[in-house]
Amino acid sequence: MEFQAVLMAAGGGSRMTDLTYNTPKAMLPVGNKPLMWYPLNLLERVGFEEVIVITTKEVQKMMSADPKIKQDVKMKLEVVCIQEDGDMGTADALRHIQPKIKTDILVVSCDLITDAALHEVVDLFRAHNATLAMLMSKAHEFTETVPGQKGKKKTAEQRDFVGVDESGKRLLFMANEADLEEGLSIRKSILRKHPRVHIKTGLVDAHLYCLKKSVVDFLTDNKSISSIRGELVPYLVRKQFSKTINGQKTKDDVEDQNQKKSDKLHISSRDEPLLQLAQERSCWNDHRGDMSEAYHGGKLRCYVHIMDQGLCYRVNTLAAYIEANRLAPKLFEEPVVHPSAVTSERCQIGSDSIIGASCQVAEKTSIKRSTIGNSTTVKEKVKVTNSIIMHGVTIEEGCNIQGSVICSNAIIGRGADLKYCLVGNGQRIEPEGEAHNIIGNDA
Amino acid sequence: MLADGPEKTGDIERIKNEGKELTKEEKQRLRKEKKQQKKNKEKKDEKAPLESEKEKKPASSSPASQATAQPPTQKASSGVPAPAPVPVAASEAPSPVDKPAKSKAELKAERRARQEAERASKQSKKGEVGQQAAPSKAKAPPSELQPVVKRLPEHIQVDNPEVLKKLAKKLERQQIPLRSDYGYKVSLFSHLHQYSRKAPLTQQLSIPSSVIHPAIVQLGLQYSQGIVAGSNARSVALLHAFKQIIRDYTTPPNEELSRDLVNKLKPYISFLNQCRPLSASMGNAIKYIKKEISNIPSQCKEEEAKSKLQDCIDCYINEKIILAAKAIAKYAIEKISDGDVILVYGCSSLVNHILCEAFEKNRKFRVIVVDSRPRLEGREALRRLVQRGISCTYVLISAVSYILPEVSKVFLGAHALLANGYVMSRVGTSQIALVAKAFNVPVLVCCETYKFCERVQTDSFVSNELDDPDDLIVTRKGKTHLEHWQDVSSLGLLNLVYDVTPPDFVDLVITDLGMIPCTSVPVVLRVKNVDQ
Repeated sequence: MEFQAVLMAAGGGSRMTDLTYNTPKAMLPVGNKPLMWYPLNLLERVGFEEVIVITTKEVQKMMSADPKIKQDVKMKLEVVCIQEDGDMGTADALRHIQPKIKTDILVVSCDLITDAALHEVVDLFRAHNATLAMLMSKAHEFTETVPGQKGKKKTAEQRDFVGVDESGKRLLFMANEADLEEGLSIRKSILRKHPRVHIKTGLVDAHLYCLKKSVVDFLTDNKSISSIRGELVPYLVRKQFSKTINGQKTKDDVEDQNQKKSDKLHISSRDEPLLQLAQERSCWNDHRGDMSEAYHGGKLRCYVHIMDQGLCYRVNTLAAYIEANRLAPKLFEEPVVHPSAVTSERCQIGSDSIIGASCQVAEKTSIKRSTIGNSTTVKEKVKVTNSIIMHGVTIEEGCNIQGSVICSNAIIGRGADLKYCLVGNGQRIEPEGEAHNIIGNDA
Repeated sequence: MLADGPEKTGDIERIKNEGKELTKEEKQRLRKEKKQQKKNKEKKDEKAPLESEKEKKPASSSPASQATAQPPTQKASSGVPAPAPVPVAASEAPSPVDKPAKSKAELKAERRARQEAERASKQSKKGEVGQQAAPSKAKAPPSELQPVVKRLPEHIQVDNPEVLKKLAKKLERQQIPLRSDYGYKVSLFSHLHQYSRKAPLTQQLSIPSSVIHPAIVQLGLQYSQGIVAGSNARSVALLHAFKQIIRDYTTPPNEELSRDLVNKLKPYISFLNQCRPLSASMGNAIKYIKKEISNIPSQCKEEEAKSKLQDCIDCYINEKIILAAKAIAKYAIEKISDGDVILVYGCSSLVNHILCEAFEKNRKFRVIVVDSRPRLEGREALRRLVQRGISCTYVLISAVSYILPEVSKVFLGAHALLANGYVMSRVGTSQIALVAKAFNVPVLVCCETYKFCERVQTDSFVSNELDDPDDLIVTRKGKTHLEHWQDVSSLGLLNLVYDVTPPDFVDLVITDLGMIPCTSVPVVLRVKNVDQ
């Protein structure tokens, strides 16, 4: 077997607590499908037959109850439950399942919605015998107004600085603005080997990683690394240009301990001399202009595939959630109105809307650019525009909902007027209530 | 035809009786007719198996006949006998049926066709006697020799839709995706595959590849992207992948390792062929492995058999590649004297090894590295030589005739050595050999014996490799002129990989068996076959 897929679905959604305080992030409905269905579908399309899902007990329960996951996903899902307290980082989770890992792994995060051609990432991993290959995408501006946001001012998100070489494939440098105190410093060893570095900031990390098995073994020794994205990836990227790996072995006993630890990272296969011979005899070099051999003799290599076209969203903020709801249905061609929904003749349902299963939409309603969840009741003379209505919601007559997110089981009273609001789970909006740009939660 | 015969002879009899001398033509015609009658009797027996082969022939014969730019090569070319049997077969079919209904014009046409067949078969007979060791390509004309039906390899019949259909079926059976051709092909090479590097075969594979062993997928990717390039490197990488396959292999119940493992290897080899056509050295390595696997005794335990095979592979690499390189270097160093100016072309791992060894042995020489687009492999050779401390000059192939007066020897590497003494190597090698010959500079080809191939080729058209045409597109000063070459209907980009150098241009071949002339290659092949 070449790869084992690991789906990280235990995340708490710390950046959109308004949505996730009741529903775990992995099961948030996007286009009337649970969020984790999208990466599972991606893996299934590509040809995986088994996935290891790391998640919490709550999500596991919801998964077994959800019809979409039970019926549509034909792969074998091996669910590993971890504690819900949130102390376990993604790397800790990998360490937890290390006994199950027998080959190289493909780690996917549950909040990834993309139509990327995965073979591009995996081909980099295979062809260059890389230790890490990841996927990134050019970030798109979010055009929708987000409830709760005062004006168009965006919070200063911490930028990621990603440095790639001339070909745009080799990952040379990765740092987050938060970790850089004074400025961006690049080591001379990197510049000596790769004189032209392209530093990009507007990239979204898709959290899709191909990792060699030796990395998982390395993690078991180094218990200090707890997050893949935050610590492991920058560590590996830095280690590419570390002196100890590139052949210079010290005879110090003190250094030996560290040496052993880092040697685990590139456990040489039994036929290393043959591979060396093939590389020596091959007339290929990944760079030109200096006197060093292919890959500068480095054994640890990190690659990135940056996609400039196509969809790639990480649903970890409210804005991303709204954007994803708008665009995710376009990935799959599904009927606008679910066959089991009941809609009367005189309602206007725009073609970019989705009506979920078992819905009831009364007459004289207008639904434009919105997503209506399963088992929702929409009474007469309701106008829903640019909104996301989750499951089990009741909207009484004469309501006007614009640019809002209504969570599950909420009840919107008669004649309410909501603009750019977020209504929490199970909330009640009084009849004739007016709300503008408010996030309402359980008290 | 039989009706014709007596007519003609009647004519001639008449002339004879009239006392005139038979003209040369008429005598020839007589002789030919008699021979043709004999042949037809034999042909009718073999019509069935040959009819299907003849349908394939027109496809391959057209490029071969187009290649008749060089008349001396045409005689031995396998294309010539091909067109002849076709009209003969065509004429054969109606003749027994429509005998009475033929017109004089038809008879004349048949006669002409018969004459062509005779002429062609005579020539091919001459050629065949000299090319016994040959070829999957030269067809045995239906004559006194045993009618051995040799099939043309499919990779040079890409413009024949039937062959393509057969290939598609075979790949479907083996569950390997079919790689589609890309771009407009120059008509002279339309019988070869042309793939694009941007459409790798892995697009159509599932990601955790279950049908094909991951080591083979990795290898195929590395071949198609050019990461593993060069005859020796490709063979070593292939054998390394085979070692991994053997290690991960388990014999299914009720199967024998010797037979099942060989069957397992077949789809992998098809896959690699789709990624990049196999080289001659790879072909020989595969033959060796298959032979070793089939020779495993059935009572041998699986673990033992597997370790034995791994040892065989290690042994093969050690003998044929590593030690051979050492032996060749030893012989070659004798030929390098102090003060020499050596010209090398492209990046041959063997030639680089020789030069580095010679430098270690303190020979004083300098090197001129000749390079060519689009691969620009000479840069890599230049780097390796300069790293050792050898003083080098770098020129492009367009300057070769300007720099040759300085050169004392030319060392060339080979991709394969063909059975008729031709050297198959990177495109441009024959140019260099030609110009060197014109300047009377000795040309030495270095080649290990495992690259010797039983194929015969006299031109670079019949069997070659077409690389991605987009490699020829280059951006200079911000302008990419060929960017939309596909929109221009009369423009074709051709990126050839190999060419063949005739033995007259090669003075010496240095192999691990010694220094031999080019024409001794079939002897080496014969000896090798006897050994095995």
